Amino acid sequence: MSPLFLVLATPLLGSLVLGIMGHRPNGRNVNVFFSFATFLAAVFLTTRIVADGPIFALNQQFFIDSLNIFLVTLTAFIGFTTSVFSRPYMRIEEDRGKMSHSRMRLYFSMYQLFNFCMLLALTTNNMGILWVAMEAATLTTVLLVSVYRTPASLEAAWKYFILCGVGIAQALLGTILLYMAAQKVIAPGVNPLLWSNLNAVKTLLNPGVMALAFVFLLVGYGTKVGLAPLHNWLPDAHAEGPTPISAVLSGLLLNVALYAVIRCKILADGALHNHFAGHLMIGFGLLSVLVGAFSLLRQRDIKRMFSYSSIEHMGIITFAFGMGGPIANFAGLLHMTVHALSKSAVFYAVGHAAQKAGTQIMENIRGLIKVSPTVGWGLMMGTLAILGMPPFGIFASEFMILTSAMHQLPWAAPVLLLGLAVAFGAIFSRVQPMVFGETNVKRLAHPPALLPVFLHLGLALMLGLYIPGYLNHWFVQAAAIIGG
Amino acid sequence: MTFSQLLSEFFTIVASLLLAPLLLGWVTQLRAWLQNRSGPGIFQPYRILHKLFNKDSVMADTASSLFRFTPYLIFGCMLLASAIVPTLSTDFPLAQAADAIALVGLFALARIFISLAAMDVGTAFGTLGARREMFVGFLAEPALLMVLFTSSLIAHSTSLKTIVTTQIDRPFAIYPSLVFAGFAFILIFLAENARIPVDNPSTHLELTMIHEALILEYSGRHLALLEWASSLKLFAYSSIGIALFLPWGISTQGSIMSLLYALPIFILKLLVFGVVLALIETFSAKMRIFRVPEFLTIAFLLAVIGMLTYILLGAKAS
Amino acid sequence: MTDLSIQLINLFASFLLLLAFAMLAQRRVVNLVQIYAMQGLTVVAATSVVAYVTHQNQLYYSAAMTLVLKVFLIPWILRRLIKRLDIRWDVETLINIPSMMLIGIVLVIFSFNLALPIASLSTSISPGTLGIALACVLLSFMMMITRSKALPQVIGFLSMENALVFAATSATSGMPMVVELGIALDVLVGVFILGVFMFQIREQFESLDISHLENLKEE
Repeated sequence: MSPLFLVLATPLLGSLVLGIMGHRPNGRNVNVFFSFATFLAAVFLTTRIVADGPIFALNQQFFIDSLNIFLVTLTAFIGFTTSVFSRPYMRIEEDRGKMSHSRMRLYFSMYQLFNFCMLLALTTNNMGILWVAMEAATLTTVLLVSVYRTPASLEAAWKYFILCGVGIAQALLGTILLYMAAQKVIAPGVNPLLWSNLNAVKTLLNPGVMALAFVFLLVGYGTKVGLAPLHNWLPDAHAEGPTPISAVLSGLLLNVALYAVIRCKILADGALHNHFAGHLMIGFGLLSVLVGAFSLLRQRDIKRMFSYSSIEHMGIITFAFGMGGPIANFAGLLHMTVHALSKSAVFYAVGHAAQKAGTQIMENIRGLIKVSPTVGWGLMMGTLAILGMPPFGIFASEFMILTSAMHQLPWAAPVLLLGLAVAFGAIFSRVQPMVFGETNVKRLAHPPALLPVFLHLGLALMLGLYIPGYLNHWFVQAAAIIGG
Repeated sequence: MTFSQLLSEFFTIVASLLLAPLLLGWVTQLRAWLQNRSGPGIFQPYRILHKLFNKDSVMADTASSLFRFTPYLIFGCMLLASAIVPTLSTDFPLAQAADAIALVGLFALARIFISLAAMDVGTAFGTLGARREMFVGFLAEPALLMVLFTSSLIAHSTSLKTIVTTQIDRPFAIYPSLVFAGFAFILIFLAENARIPVDNPSTHLELTMIHEALILEYSGRHLALLEWASSLKLFAYSSIGIALFLPWGISTQGSIMSLLYALPIFILKLLVFGVVLALIETFSAKMRIFRVPEFLTIAFLLAVIGMLTYILLGAKAS
Repeated sequence: MTDLSIQLINLFASFLLLLAFAMLAQRRVVNLVQIYAMQGLTVVAATSVVAYVTHQNQLYYSAAMTLVLKVFLIPWILRRLIKRLDIRWDVETLINIPSMMLIGIVLVIFSFNLALPIASLSTSISPGTLGIALACVLLSFMMMITRSKALPQVIGFLSMENALVFAATSATSGMPMVVELGIALDVLVGVFILGVFMFQIREQFESLDISHLENLKEE
């Protein structure tokens, strides 16, 4: 059996199994089991890729190259660690009466299905299937965000659905236009929706159609990336859903959506022979950085605050890919990886902190270091990592992005710096009293799962200091594919 | 100008004069049937006209000569309108005058005079009616113009004669723009002829009436002329609708035989048109007067969309 | 023959545009569902004609799927929802239909302008309709923005999807079957989820007015 098949089949099977027995007490363990199996399959797939290079599967419908392989592994890994984190977290929520048994079943089943959709979106070679998978991922997360059934969570889910539904519809229109452009140049008998086929003929695609298609695709998938001004759904969905879902939304879904944008950008660049696509992305990226950073100043809810930080980081990454070139692309890929690791770690820590304090309002969360030193340190470290403090990986990627911005777009560098500085001030000044302030809160009933937090931070730290050879190799290759 | 042309012109005018009250009677009768009433019979408008012509005309003391000659003018306008629209044949002397814009101007002229005459006596109802009539008119006129333009885009001419002949002569083709124009035309038709849902021709309710308020001060032969004129207007509008959207069957030569051939087809179309009108009137409710602008804006916009679709699709459709 | 079918497709395209405007101006929720079903039927008709002309069997399947899904199943679900939620007689207060229509016209002109230069590149038999499809997408989008009730918003969403399917048919003679199936599945599941949501929203807010959903914002 091919490893790719395993990667996709495991979460799908998991979703079915958990849909049947997810309400049982050991549903959470089964969830962890399936996520771990998916991760193992992904590792297996990775070793295969390391050995054999890019592969096609199933009549070219699936396609693994250096651009998506690390994202597949990353997705499977964070999917696994989040399942570990949600084991105690969701148990506490259940104990507190926020979740019923049947909703636990829905939660676990949808969690696996969500993982499946993201992996499908990442591995598929078909632009149409990519769209279908993105839409399906939206649907599953809508259910996950609304799982508490509180007025606020329903509101957030409704907004999420409507906004992303509209956005993703634009992406479908873009896909249709892409198909239209492709039909013109691709030989009969060759599937014009396959990305690899499109990539082969991208210089022949009609520039007018491609420019229009890219605008629609960027707006469509950009809504899911959370690019300003299409970001309104993101803070609500992050703040009102369960914290494990906030972690996978920020850590994974945004990445997958951005991956879709990048694939489209490669095609648009090839057809347009100019920097139209790049400039659009630079514009959206910078706007998102500024909107994200300045919105941070007004936050009182801890999860909302970190979701705005996600918008800011997605802006940085979009900006990097918009600039293009080997260094900026490399930095963008690295930033995607490290941000996913650090942000999910932060959300794990935030989840436990908020659970301890019984609130998400930051003024009421104090003195974590006294109640639970590990949670406190985890939050502090995670915050430092996400803010781009030197030893962590984000520092390295942001540094590279800034230096290449100074080379290529000197005017943009100060804007970027301003955004980073504002974000630093806003987040640090709020996290510091939460960790070190005075408090009298009790300990939690179930020991928090802190292994994922430190595992992620450790990896983020490692990537800041040393990038393994094969990962470096992939990044360089992927950066070359993205080009620009 | 040949004899047969003159004859067909004469024939058209007589047909209009005679058929117009009949069409009104037919619609009224159909509405009665649809509402499970026995109805007055389709010849009722003739009886009313006969009755009114035999009565004395009473005039207000304050009425000026404008008030007196307006009914003749209106009647003349409407008769002329009916006479120039190609109903039976396109080949008659006055057809040269059947320009879309001239036609709209003719209706506008009648509207202005009826409004002036209504205000002439100085009663409250007359003024109210005039105000409402102008209100409907200033919204309906541009919409009607847009409908006519949409149709004339296909024929590249605003002459109704050319529009009809091009429609008949070219091979059958579906024009989506005409669908929009057709819908818009129906809306304008309802508003301009004081039909439900814009106005109710059979009531004198001061809150809602438009047309009836205008002619409230008239009696006797003046009223008869005005009633006849309004049935002619209904007839003229129906003929325009038929000429624009269902011209098949209209004779393109002026010979007597072809006229005799065209007449039954035309009457059949009128009958069907009457059924449609009666159905619309039965199934819709009178709307408040403040909603009328909405109604007519929709008509205007439909006509504009029709024009746009023609521009987008037209190149390929022909 | 092809000439007539092209005209037929153009006619159906115009019907779609007409229905999009009708939807924009419709106040009664029940009638909206009716219009939605008619829209689906128009798409089915257009797809069948394209299938007939281009001899693509897969388009017949696509048309059949649209027929089952968007003419019967989804409207049926929506009607049931309306019945169960007891919003049969709901009337929305729409402000200023004329100006909404005017904006609609501007959108139509905009999308026609956008589509004209690229329409000639289309491989399908009726390239002109791409502009109409685009206009329908934008009009449904506008409907979603202007409506304050939950169900009309959903219908706006669905009609946008209808317009997209039509765009796919008119611009490219249909997407591959796998993709169409996926899209249909997503839409169906979406309707189910939204239906469930509406019950919950009403339970929590005691109204289906989306304007109640504005608690989540920045201080």
